[in-house]
Amino acid sequence: MIRSNVFIRKTKRGKILKVVREHYLRDDVYCSFPKCEQCEEEKPIFSSNPSVDSKELVGKYLIIPDSNVVLHQMDILEDSSIRNVIILQTVYGEVLHRSAIAYKKLKDCLSNPEKKFYLFMNEFHRDTFIERDQKESPNDRNDRAIRTAALWYQKHLKPYEVEILLVTNDQSNKNLALESGIKTNTVEKFVKSLKNCDELADKLALTREASSSTGKTAVFEEHLPLSSIQVGLKSGSYIQGTFHASRDNYLEASVDVYEKDGLSILIQGQQHMNRAMQGDTVAIEILPESEWQSSSSLILEDDGEKNDESTISEDKKILQDISNKSEKKPCGKVVGIIKRNWRQFCGMLQKSLIETATRHLVIPADKRIPKIRIETRQADVLDGKRILVVIDSWPRTSRYPLGHFVRNLGAIGDKKTENEVLLIEHDIPHHQFSTAVRACLPSLPWSITEEDLKQRKDLRDLTVVSVDPPGCTDIDDALHCFQLDNGNYEVGVHIADVSHFIKPGTAIDVEAANRANTVYLIDQRIDMVPELLSSNICSLRGGEERFAFSVIWELDENAKVVNVKFTKSIIKSKAALTYAEAQMRIDDSQQTDDVTKSLRLLNKLAKILKQERIKQGSLTLASPEVRFHMDSETHDPIEVQTKQLLETNSMVEEFMLLANIATAKKIYDEFPSCALLRRHPEPPSSNFESLIKSAESKGFTLNVTSGKMLAESLEKSVLESNSYFNTMLRIMATRCMLQALYFCSGVVDQKDFYHYGLAAPIYTHFTSPIRRYSDIIVHRLLAVSIQADAPHPDFLDKKKTQNLCNNLNYRHKMAQYAGRASVGLHTQLFFQNKIVCEDGYILFVRKNAIQILIPKYGLEGTIFLDKSPVKFVYDETSGTQKCGDITFSSFDKVVVQISIDKTHIQHQKLCLKLVSPYIGGFSVSNIEEEPPQKKKRKS
Amino acid sequence: MAAWELLKDQNFRLDGRKPTELRRIETRLGVFPNADGSAYLEQGNTKVLATVYGPHEVKGGRGRSNPDKAVINCQFSKSAFSSSERKTHMKFGRNSSETNQHLVQALNAAVMSHLYARCQIDVYVEIVQSDGSDFCACLNASTLALIDAGIALKDIVTCCSATIVDEKSVVDVNYVEESSGSAVLIVGLLPKDEQIAYMQMKGRLHADHLEKLLDCAVEGCRNINNILKERIGEHLKTHSSHFTLTRPATPGRAERSRPAIA
Repeated sequence: MIRSNVFIRKTKRGKILKVVREHYLRDDVYCSFPKCEQCEEEKPIFSSNPSVDSKELVGKYLIIPDSNVVLHQMDILEDSSIRNVIILQTVYGEVLHRSAIAYKKLKDCLSNPEKKFYLFMNEFHRDTFIERDQKESPNDRNDRAIRTAALWYQKHLKPYEVEILLVTNDQSNKNLALESGIKTNTVEKFVKSLKNCDELADKLALTREASSSTGKTAVFEEHLPLSSIQVGLKSGSYIQGTFHASRDNYLEASVDVYEKDGLSILIQGQQHMNRAMQGDTVAIEILPESEWQSSSSLILEDDGEKNDESTISEDKKILQDISNKSEKKPCGKVVGIIKRNWRQFCGMLQKSLIETATRHLVIPADKRIPKIRIETRQADVLDGKRILVVIDSWPRTSRYPLGHFVRNLGAIGDKKTENEVLLIEHDIPHHQFSTAVRACLPSLPWSITEEDLKQRKDLRDLTVVSVDPPGCTDIDDALHCFQLDNGNYEVGVHIADVSHFIKPGTAIDVEAANRANTVYLIDQRIDMVPELLSSNICSLRGGEERFAFSVIWELDENAKVVNVKFTKSIIKSKAALTYAEAQMRIDDSQQTDDVTKSLRLLNKLAKILKQERIKQGSLTLASPEVRFHMDSETHDPIEVQTKQLLETNSMVEEFMLLANIATAKKIYDEFPSCALLRRHPEPPSSNFESLIKSAESKGFTLNVTSGKMLAESLEKSVLESNSYFNTMLRIMATRCMLQALYFCSGVVDQKDFYHYGLAAPIYTHFTSPIRRYSDIIVHRLLAVSIQADAPHPDFLDKKKTQNLCNNLNYRHKMAQYAGRASVGLHTQLFFQNKIVCEDGYILFVRKNAIQILIPKYGLEGTIFLDKSPVKFVYDETSGTQKCGDITFSSFDKVVVQISIDKTHIQHQKLCLKLVSPYIGGFSVSNIEEEPPQKKKRKS
Repeated sequence: MAAWELLKDQNFRLDGRKPTELRRIETRLGVFPNADGSAYLEQGNTKVLATVYGPHEVKGGRGRSNPDKAVINCQFSKSAFSSSERKTHMKFGRNSSETNQHLVQALNAAVMSHLYARCQIDVYVEIVQSDGSDFCACLNASTLALIDAGIALKDIVTCCSATIVDEKSVVDVNYVEESSGSAVLIVGLLPKDEQIAYMQMKGRLHADHLEKLLDCAVEGCRNINNILKERIGEHLKTHSSHFTLTRPATPGRAERSRPAIA
């Protein structure tokens, strides 16, 4: 049967068109019930006895949710107890149009065989397709289509005693359905009839009907509709920007304006913030200049539960503080929200003061997110736990956003829970690999076949060694070196051939592209590819035959490249060493075996390469890095050490750089418009201002006109009295840099390819395919350019590559933050029951605080000066704080006491107190602890 | 594009077809008694009229005539009301003269032109309504009109389009699919000898996909060919009593991949 879809559309130019489209109706759309004899479904989805675990619904039931239920109550549908659900095409289409997030989740449910969700194509079925009536609105038509389909199912499955339950919250739809004899229920009633209702009921999203409690007075101004925002944006009366809440003061925020870089508008008070939240895209109106304020230096936390009406009086607090200041900034107020940035939030429950209440507040782990009100009956269970919640809405009448409970993560302070929180807050995919991904793995025992030998160069005889940090199981690089007959050297870098196992377009490839990199936390590793590949088949372990992608150079006496070859190969690593082991072999003149000899050659060449690189203007930067020694039983940190850098570290690094640069050139030659490269933009000179000022205070001038100049002047800045001075300068220089980025060569101008930090005109990542997805792509491109592999259509798609790069950059940044947060977490655990005095150096002097670096722990902390009873005087020109005859300036040595501030259970933080120089009334004395004794006890 | 979401997950196209299903095809032969041969063809919402005049003496100077074979002359046009926006199409514009050339090329491969030496055959095609795969419909209609005119053909030349979206090839593309930006391949086939009479590609495509796409289009051509044969048979049965026609050899395949039309 054929119908035509006729509708009227407006074109971009404003012409009115009548569009006619064909719509074919079929009779081969099946019900997917296994016992059904009329349908010829090959793989029916529903179970043959689809029961609902319910007190009221006895017998066989299939559930049909309507569009709004799917859109708003996805957390319920996702629950494992909800199965045998019919998703109608009408509903599917509406969800697709209205919410990308709900759509994604719905698709996950549909593809999960456990869930038994079936997409019934009712719009293509000849019996369930309906045409819109003349006076019917599209929504009404869709509701009718849903009812028609439900009725069809009911009739169709009657012989098998299967009943249909339509779940809808729409009253009129419900009534009409009841009239035509369809069983219906609202979500709330349906969930309450289930046996595990307590758990599920908490996941119920608050629907509009429930939350818009009439009679309440509005707390906030109404948001403008999108149409009037657009008009306002066009006329310039409103400005669009990203909302950033302040970490320290819940009554203050700023909005970064889109069009003007660096312009940020201050938003003060909850009235002006008007329900905007961290990361939202908002439209703001600038206040008249007479109302402009300066930002407050107060630190305010939203404590206790407050009435809805109290916001106005709270706002006054901040205004009082400000009134006496001079420096004014442009202020604004939020008039509308263009795009919400709501995600799932980790937090902890703040129980209501009333014993029997079901409405409680959740304090999110991210300080910039306001408290969220949820409804739960299991408050006692959730108390003291980390929980995951979702925001449903923020009505005008409520001081807090309304949300619902999603999942219990575990007890607060438990390391596993805290790690989970850390991963969720940094948006790191850490779920187990799906069955589809695992199906892509090679089966064990895995061995090299004749076929492989034909295609690859056999390098198993070479003395190849790998050098890695201790405890590393994902070894992705190995080296070899020997002297050729003509006096030159052959050097090979062998990289694990991951792209051999991960073919483009497979499930494992999609998953790896999404994860983008392996995330290293202190006590956990979140793999990009399943462990079988990362720690076994791809890992270049000692004494085992492995596939590799090799770069082989001929270098002359001065480490100049004579020629370079790329090849896929088979290698057998002779030894997997740690940096320390390799260093020992090099230094121990007794050893003269092949491995040691080649290590010595490599080391010699690396030194020349490094010198050459520094001459080119490559920067040597520093960042304090630490290693935790873990208790083998409790996995709690027992000692902290700063990471040591050995010669062998830089040896491996040099050859990796060499390989990366060589690869970058090769793939760029072959794929000028779609190679995946990495660039590091030169930072604007304004970034260096504070660094230059700090160096000047010690009598050094830094030249920042180019990377080379900077490297040279950093090299010269050595203070004999303070051996740590140079390292600190380098740490500060690191902070001035911009992020390095992946990009697709076709979308960036060639002059911007430059890698500032390495002083390389072109650079990419090639050497760690086990832990970075970028390297896998580079491997594939390189394989194509040496004709070792067939090209894939996606390689040539500039847009796809750039989208991929954007994801890689985002994940890379998040992985870095997560890594740092993990160090922070462990530092906290380490200092949990300790109070320690330690030497530190002043890194920066701020207006109200000094920032201190403690080299022993690689730790950085702040001592606030503005809350002290003693008055400090800040001198802006020299950047110093003065108190009496004691002056603090950058690089000064101080002694501080480190402890944990436990006053706030969710945000336990390190607390620094000044010990020396001693300032009466401010510094603490050194009596609580005696370091020598402590050391004795430990040993 | 939302249209392709459904294809990726559920293997359905926006209009309810499966990837390998053609649109509904309606034909009528001999619609204009004044012409020597004529045909009307609908492929979904694409509707085409074709008329054939000839073979007749070469018009417009002796110089154009060929002593060995017939000269085929095609004239393509598109009515102003054929698409949703009313627009007059130039009859002698660059676009239509290009299409003319293409039609001539495809028909030359099918017509036994050596039988009509020093003659001219005129084919006039008019698109009445356009909804994607316009050229395919034109070529298919011209073939029918030539058959109606009784001109000797090597084989029924049929034409079909195909495109590829996210690794899935889709046959007989309609306007919405055509304008989604992916490459469209048009193939004209002489099914008996498995010869390609005409091939055209619009847009860029990775070479890896070409084979798959070509297979898909060729399969579409075969199915169209079977349908056309059937229709010609029916036409002949009703219009000439002393004519028997054997059924097409493999009807099973054709029926399986045709859209489920009730």
